Amino acid sequence: MGLDLDPIILSRIQFAFVVTFHIIFPSYTIGLAAWLATLEGMALATGNPVYRRVFDFWLRVFAVSFGMGVVSGIVMAFQFGTNWSAMAEKMGPIQGPLLAYESFTAFLLEASFLGVMLLGRARVPPLLYLFACCMVALGTMASSFWIICNNSWMQVPLGHAIVDGKVIPADWWTITTGPVVRWRWPHMLLGAFLTTAMTVIATGAWYMLRGTHRDEARVMLNWGLALAAILVPVQIGVGHRTGDVVHTHQPVKFAAIEARWTTQQPASEVIIGIPDETAGRNLFALEVPRLGSFIASGTWNSREIGLDSVPEQDRPPVLVPFFGFRIMVGMGLVMLVVSWLGLALRWRGTLETARWFLWSAFLSFPTGFVAVIAGWYTAEVGRQPWIVYGLLRTRDGVTPSLATETAMMSLAIYVTVYLIVFGFGAHYIYRLLRDGPTQSGPGPRVTAGSRPMAFAGSAASAAGGDVKAGE
Amino acid sequence: MEHSTLVLFFAAVVAVAILIYVILDGADLGVGILFGTTRDEHERDQMIAAIAPFWDGNETWLIVVATVLFAAFPAVYAVFLSAFYLPVVLLLVGLIFRGVAFEFRSRSARLRSIWDLGFWLGSAVVAFVQGAAVGAMIQGIPVTGGQYSGGAFAWLAPFPVLCGVGLAIGYALLGASWLVLKSEAALRERAYRLVPWLAGAMVVLLAIASGATLGIADRIASQLAGRLWGLVFPLAGVLAVAGILIGVRRRRDGWPFAMTAVFFLMAFLTLAVLFWPYMIPYALTITDTAAPEASLSFLFWGTIVILPVVLAYTIAVYWIFRGKLRRSYS
Repeated sequence: MGLDLDPIILSRIQFAFVVTFHIIFPSYTIGLAAWLATLEGMALATGNPVYRRVFDFWLRVFAVSFGMGVVSGIVMAFQFGTNWSAMAEKMGPIQGPLLAYESFTAFLLEASFLGVMLLGRARVPPLLYLFACCMVALGTMASSFWIICNNSWMQVPLGHAIVDGKVIPADWWTITTGPVVRWRWPHMLLGAFLTTAMTVIATGAWYMLRGTHRDEARVMLNWGLALAAILVPVQIGVGHRTGDVVHTHQPVKFAAIEARWTTQQPASEVIIGIPDETAGRNLFALEVPRLGSFIASGTWNSREIGLDSVPEQDRPPVLVPFFGFRIMVGMGLVMLVVSWLGLALRWRGTLETARWFLWSAFLSFPTGFVAVIAGWYTAEVGRQPWIVYGLLRTRDGVTPSLATETAMMSLAIYVTVYLIVFGFGAHYIYRLLRDGPTQSGPGPRVTAGSRPMAFAGSAASAAGGDVKAGE
Repeated sequence: MEHSTLVLFFAAVVAVAILIYVILDGADLGVGILFGTTRDEHERDQMIAAIAPFWDGNETWLIVVATVLFAAFPAVYAVFLSAFYLPVVLLLVGLIFRGVAFEFRSRSARLRSIWDLGFWLGSAVVAFVQGAAVGAMIQGIPVTGGQYSGGAFAWLAPFPVLCGVGLAIGYALLGASWLVLKSEAALRERAYRLVPWLAGAMVVLLAIASGATLGIADRIASQLAGRLWGLVFPLAGVLAVAGILIGVRRRRDGWPFAMTAVFFLMAFLTLAVLFWPYMIPYALTITDTAAPEASLSFLFWGTIVILPVVLAYTIAVYWIFRGKLRRSYS
């Protein structure tokens, strides 16, 4: 399949590129905020100083991650106007207020509890500090709610009316609490929690392997493993319901995820294979008869529609949704195995000496990130050829005045800048993680305002760490 | 034409947010531009310290503008951002580099010169593209069927470039008068010496731009002819420039900044007289581009809660870090 570099595909690549960078940080931040609130609660409840040390350590990672998320998120919002202006103009009456509420939530958070959390340890009573941590955790979740509302509306537009050819909001209640967002938001939140849990597990395993920070590593392993062991099964259930939503509202996307080229009854399940988009069939496919019906509808004999049920111009690409979904599920299974094995080893008391397991846990650091990104690719590419499903085609949503050269220029600029800036950011987080929790020194001094990154740096130097970002 | 109350409310929100953004972030962008005029490390550190507590809060106002525009005036958001496709990319990249340079310059001796360059260049680019966008708006943005229909480089025509340079100098003036207010000793003296030159350069550029405006845009001239009372704003702007110079002569540290802010307010009001009720002059009015009432009323409740919070936060930060800069927040 040839790839014509027109403004549409370039804009899609650009959006995919910035969203891939962006999604890493907020999905990490949401989980970290909840993890920090938990640690602070445990520190207060037990009085055990190890919780405080682990808290102080992860707070620095949180600060950097938060800063990166804000910066990369702003770029995304501007893309709607620069590259998708036809969509912005037509769908703005619904998408604009949803994204505005996301910004509002972030403003509230940054103007209030985030500052207390980053800088207020010595200045407010412990219970108020815990309250601030909980509010930050809730705030990051609330932020994600509006984003998922917006995206869910693009996936399955509900609660709108079309008057004189214009899309207008008819029922905000349906838009914000409809049947689609109701499952997709928890799915995203669980994804964020698991992303964080896996990095906490991996970091703990890393210290155990290196024989440093053992007490802190134990806290990380115990909490991370227990959390993942509980949340992975929950996520499998919620993920299945999210799949039901797709099955009901976006059947063609469902067919693409399953690489089901023709309508079948009963439908088989392609466990793995290589979809051949030109020939419309699967190569080297491992198929299980009737399982496709069971997964889709819960019966062994249901009729499941294939891609051939709609005209070719209404079909999404198959390769990305097919593999994206399988990578996501695969990562989930890795998480399941790691967390349950870890708990079993802990039960037998050999967790801290089983180096083979510690290595596997360490290497599973990126599983959550990979799953989140793969899941988003599945959702977004599966929505094609629509930018707003059934209402506006992607090619009709792009900025009409955008020329190929201009789009190439912006893409090149974004790629360059992101690689530099977020390369430094990722490197910085890596160094924070590598150096690990240090003896908590005096509280961070007030630096310039409430800048998260500045806080991370000053806290690190105040605590005697040797973090020198920018080297 | 009749505008609904909600439309007027959100137009006012956008206008106020732009004004606050231009004056506040203009000052710290201006300090960033002046940053490139000295190689003295001590002076550079002082300049950074003079804006460190404020700059990220100031940028919040840009996000307020963008957010409210998209939600309340989606057609403006669509036309404006696609008309200024590359400037917006440069703006975002400039802001990112500036922000990162802020964090990293103090932590790395080896790469400091690169971050310093990023800080200066980022500030200058951001100021320039904002001015160029205003210039292109005055020149007129071609709109067909509610979408931008011009080229990608319209903002690089002579007139927008003139406006871009003009705004960069205007921001540098804001920055210099901010340094007068916040610094002491050598840096304050240097800033005092810069202010009259920058004010002079800005007035000259603005005079050329005004003359050119009446030449290139008939519509502006006719709009002005119908609203001659509006000339009171440019006249007040001239008085503000005089106020700047008097403040410099009398060494009143607060005057240059206050008078420069008044000057920016007057320039803003002058543009408002020329543009009203158009948001994209002279193609789309506020009512043409407003989202339906169902969107605006949904947005309204969040806005009346959040705007006071952001405003209070801004005031609190400026209050906490009032007076001459101290060591504690460098």
